[in-house]
Amino acid sequence: MRQGEISLAGILALFSLYLMWKSAELPIGFIRGQGPGGGFWPFWLSLGMLLSCLAIAWNWWRGNSPASQSDEPLMDGFGWRTVLNVGGGVVGFVAMINVVSMYGAVALFLIYYLRFLGRHSWVLTLTLALCLPIGLFFFFEGAMQISMPQGLPFTQPFFDVMYDIIY
Amino acid sequence: MEVLSFLTSGVLTALEPINLGLILVGVTVGLFIGAMPGLGSVNGVAILLPVTFLVPPASAIIFLAAIYYGAMYGGAISSVSLGIPGASTAVATTFDGRPLALQGRASLALVTAALASFVGGTVATIFFSLFAPLLATVALNFGPPEIFALMLLAFATFVGLGGDDIPKTIFSICFGLVLATVGFDTISGEPRLVLFDIQGFIRGIGFIVLAIGVYGIGEMLWTIEQTRGEITTTNPKMTARGLVSDAKEAVRRGWKGTWIGSILGFFVGVLPAAGATPGSLMSYGVAKMLSKTPEEYGKGSPDGVAAPEAANNSASTGSMLPMLTLGIPGSPTTAILLGGMVIWGLTPGPRLFIDESEFVWGLIGSFYVSNLAAVLINLAFIPLFVWMLRMPFTILAPLIFVLSIVGGFAASRSMHDIWLIVIFGLGAFFLRKFDYPLAPAVLAIVLGPIAEPTLRQSLLLSSGDPMIFFTRPIAGPITVIAIILILLPAIKLIRGKRQASES
Repeated sequence: MRQGEISLAGILALFSLYLMWKSAELPIGFIRGQGPGGGFWPFWLSLGMLLSCLAIAWNWWRGNSPASQSDEPLMDGFGWRTVLNVGGGVVGFVAMINVVSMYGAVALFLIYYLRFLGRHSWVLTLTLALCLPIGLFFFFEGAMQISMPQGLPFTQPFFDVMYDIIY
Repeated sequence: MEVLSFLTSGVLTALEPINLGLILVGVTVGLFIGAMPGLGSVNGVAILLPVTFLVPPASAIIFLAAIYYGAMYGGAISSVSLGIPGASTAVATTFDGRPLALQGRASLALVTAALASFVGGTVATIFFSLFAPLLATVALNFGPPEIFALMLLAFATFVGLGGDDIPKTIFSICFGLVLATVGFDTISGEPRLVLFDIQGFIRGIGFIVLAIGVYGIGEMLWTIEQTRGEITTTNPKMTARGLVSDAKEAVRRGWKGTWIGSILGFFVGVLPAAGATPGSLMSYGVAKMLSKTPEEYGKGSPDGVAAPEAANNSASTGSMLPMLTLGIPGSPTTAILLGGMVIWGLTPGPRLFIDESEFVWGLIGSFYVSNLAAVLINLAFIPLFVWMLRMPFTILAPLIFVLSIVGGFAASRSMHDIWLIVIFGLGAFFLRKFDYPLAPAVLAIVLGPIAEPTLRQSLLLSSGDPMIFFTRPIAGPITVIAIILILLPAIKLIRGKRQASES
């Protein structure tokens, strides 16, 4: 944890410097007759972020924060596995949206999570994986008139059938 | 007496069968729209606006106002049950609503939210009935320096009273404010902070992207990692007796926050360009500041749920005041309502109360009826929402992830934003591991678009002299209080060191 805290503060300080540099593409000072320039507000706030990172590093040096006093690892093997399985599942879900459509990705993610991470029965898994995307379709496309991504052309027959039902 | 007679006729208008039916439908629809992450009152009102052309203008605005009310109640449901603020107005409800749900007290949080919303809405409607024209003129005295001072006060309460690591809190606030500046500079119209030259950033970063990332993904990952997937919330079965007992506890432990939120929320809501979100966040901060047990805030205090919920309902009524009397919308939802009024052939402004008194008082009457309908419908649905929390976490967690992603897309219609939600979620998880408070960042991205233009306009007014925030009669005291709050941790530290050296 101790090493992690100072590493994170370092990364955030670098990001703050990047934001300061990026903000400075627009004027960061006061322009007579126009007021503060477009970069004024984000530049000084990014400087505030950088100074906060320095203060965090100072607290780390003095051992004031709980993480700076801890020699525990950030996460154990189980923690890393859980985060990778769940976080990776969410990344996979989002990656699949443009391939199998939003509703198809919802169904696949539910099958992955409920069956393989949650160890639920196939009956429950398939019931939820089928009913939830259909319910979401009627809510968003029918009631709210919001179109979700439809993925690659092979999903079109499904959408044709569903649109026939709601229109 | 004249007001009373107008009000009676307004309530009778609202109770006409067609209007009563529209109120019941509107509140129920609003409740479910508000409960969906990513969708808020603005979506409900915008989508159903065309439907209102089928009915007379008075019925139309009564229907839309009922949706607005229902959505304000509904925002708390997603904050408590899923831990994701459904709309920016419900961000502060998450701070204590979610911990209560994790302690198995979701029903208490939801009942507190419903009752506080009812009181907030009713208090605001009474103020509205009595002081509408007078308050409209007072609100006009709030210029950019006063509004910026209010924003400063909202941030100061987090620094002074947050109890978290101060540098990390300040980092979080600055980070949220910088994220709010991504996109176009609204004053010069130039692109700004297009990060890594990715064109998706030109559209800016919406509040909902950060909120869903932090609460829908990051917080969920953190909870799963901390509890090893074995969430031990025990939400008892809801019974009528349980509901009554929760209602009694909500009144006993949430009355103070309710009153603070009801009164403060209304006055912040009345201010043009402020609206319900700053109202709810400020009420949370003030309720914490005035509490005898501020350490309970953030850990499941009913007062911490009551204050923002009373305030967002109170402010949503208050924000209709500048819309009707001055033609200035106080929030995005009232901007759409204003558009509807223009389409219906009504001219908002000081003469509306005289020329279209039946319409205005019918609307005010509907506030009372909608508020009552909303609290009853909301209480009736609480067992359903509590039942949802009794599901095994391995079912609830994927549902929350799905609603986060689908709701996030519905709000922005952009895959770029969905990827940002995932990146913010993963980033939030690691920041949370190192005790970075993330609520201030969410607060900052909400208030940033109000704070920056008001700061720049104020400095333009004063030719760059920051003393403008100290010398004006309303802005001055607010700025001084904000600075004292920011310095409070340093004062406490010095006093602590002095006491230690003396002893």
